[in-house]
Amino acid sequence: MSVDVKGREDVRDEALLDQLGPERRNGALLSIKDLKVWFELKRWGFLHAGYVRAVDGVSFDLHRGEAIGIVGESGCGKTTLMKTILGLYEPTEGEVAFAGSEVDAFGSRQMRSYRGAVGYVQQDPYGALPPFMTVEGILEEPMKIHGVSDADERKQRIRDVMAEVKMTPMDDFLDKYPHMLSGGQQQRVVIARAMMLEPRLIVADEPVSMLDASVRVEILRLLQGLQASHDLAVIYITHDLSTVRYFSEYIFVMYAGKLVEKARVDELLANPLHPYTHALLAATPDPDYRNALTQKTVPPGEPPSLVNPPPGCRFHPRCPHMIEGLCDVEEPPDFEPEPDHFAACWLHR
Amino acid sequence: MSDNNALLRVEDLRLYFRTRQGVVQAVDGVDFRLGYNEAVVVLGESGCGKTSLARAVLRLLPRNVDTYSGRVYLNGTELMQMGNEEFRRNVRWVKMSMVPQAAMNALNPVLRVGEQVAEPMTAHYLAGKEEALAQARRMFQHVGVPVDFLNRYAFELSGGMRQRAALAMALVTMPNMVFLDEPTSALDVLTQANIFNVLKRIKKDLEVSFILITHDIATSSELADRVAVMYAGQIVEVSDARRFFSDPLHPYSRMLMASVPRLKVDQEPTFITGHPPSLLGPPTGCRFADRCPSRFEKCMEEPPVFEEQGHEVKCWLYA
Repeated sequence: MSVDVKGREDVRDEALLDQLGPERRNGALLSIKDLKVWFELKRWGFLHAGYVRAVDGVSFDLHRGEAIGIVGESGCGKTTLMKTILGLYEPTEGEVAFAGSEVDAFGSRQMRSYRGAVGYVQQDPYGALPPFMTVEGILEEPMKIHGVSDADERKQRIRDVMAEVKMTPMDDFLDKYPHMLSGGQQQRVVIARAMMLEPRLIVADEPVSMLDASVRVEILRLLQGLQASHDLAVIYITHDLSTVRYFSEYIFVMYAGKLVEKARVDELLANPLHPYTHALLAATPDPDYRNALTQKTVPPGEPPSLVNPPPGCRFHPRCPHMIEGLCDVEEPPDFEPEPDHFAACWLHR
Repeated sequence: MSDNNALLRVEDLRLYFRTRQGVVQAVDGVDFRLGYNEAVVVLGESGCGKTSLARAVLRLLPRNVDTYSGRVYLNGTELMQMGNEEFRRNVRWVKMSMVPQAAMNALNPVLRVGEQVAEPMTAHYLAGKEEALAQARRMFQHVGVPVDFLNRYAFELSGGMRQRAALAMALVTMPNMVFLDEPTSALDVLTQANIFNVLKRIKKDLEVSFILITHDIATSSELADRVAVMYAGQIVEVSDARRFFSDPLHPYSRMLMASVPRLKVDQEPTFITGHPPSLLGPPTGCRFADRCPSRFEKCMEEPPVFEEQGHEVKCWLYA
């Protein structure tokens, strides 16, 4: 991708932003079709030695104002999926389309606009904030890059967003460096930075997993409030089912590079279909003294290698309901046993 | 605290650190006891001093210690008067050991896992290599690691397996008690459930006691017989698990419990406003008073520990 060396003025691609106007509200904001992201493995630096199939056939649509949660264990490909959505990885196959245009085909100008339209909330707030910049500098940076040349306008915008993320009195914070803030405050700065350019979509990667229990809910509420007031689409990536329920409308369960179950939150919790979802729900404890008295049932083994995934359903070696000659041979498509509830499992054919 | 049936008894333990900003009172007058074959959870948010508490008991101290005082009894023997060499030889990793935070990432990458797990045996019992490895093999069976993993290197093991190996290393000398510092915080849900299954089984099979240090309330209930809640360097409540997870006493415990997102019960979580006080000069009186919804005039004075139906709580509401 070529570097834009022109002046910083007028770098926002108006055509792309126009497409995001209210007239597109009925179409999907983000549309992912059969996305595959594979990384090539090499032996001795040049011999092909296979692929890591980190994301292997993922499809979903996300509309404005919708919040989805993607739940999966580490190594299931959820971070790769997120980075592909952000345009940091190129899809191997399939496409990611934002407001109808393919992200992979964006030129540098469009890419810059796209980066303004998609906010990213990182997992580790301390690692995501440059230690040598003040809060004000951190929040100003995206506007400088995106050609907001009027300093007063930038100042005003910082004040507006600081108020929105409830960092008040803001004069106490603007001159501080990240290490002077608590974890919760750091995460607010990360969220404020993501909100700076009025994004349409926020991608939040485990935004509360590094925070203390008493602050987690506060940060989730904040994200929820921003989502509602700005009609944002939000992708919330996590391994913790219990927080998704308070945040998003849909849950997608990911296992070994695939989405194995998609449903509305209440439906999924009340009526989980995929055996992997069952296992996740059973393993997630609620505080209860009786937990200490019994052993939990956990499926044996570990998630498969993404280099040589098992044939058929990828969960079949661990699945208690495996149907021989079917699950270990043929890959299950998405079945829809209940309206708007999809499960990639032969049990629900 | 006069019962002699405790495996570990800690009285008025203090551990202060010297820093450039002043003295940090990380552990400030902690009393508690741990019974035989019991699991106590020390629950608290980051920076409340829970890891320092474990380090103070195990005498794993950094250089900038300002104050280190109190009484620690293990099987009735006072440990604080013991010399460092005697402590190293007869107590640490012999009677009590620890699985430090992120232990699974601290395994030596160039040593085979089996040799590392066996090392405490050679160091403390002067066991020969074969004998030590045989003990490591027994421990691998207890924690559910395939025995042929003894010859593997740490990078060849998954996170869950490495965590089990770290646990085997803490258990290999057959100590009476093990500190577990956030043993599952970096692990996935299913692996986490597996590790807790292992811990429950070991507690039964080997009759060890555990002190589980964590901030994760929901998973702490997987092992807890009793729960001690720590806030700003002090223990504010000790209740048995049955009481604690249904109806905790201290206002802080109640708010902490209400902040847990629940999967199976429909209950909106709430959050605690404000921050814990700095340990560099904590406020006088109750340290939670600033954030407490039920504070009253009395809270300006430091509350003693009250007994409420067999539970201990450091709060004036129970006076």
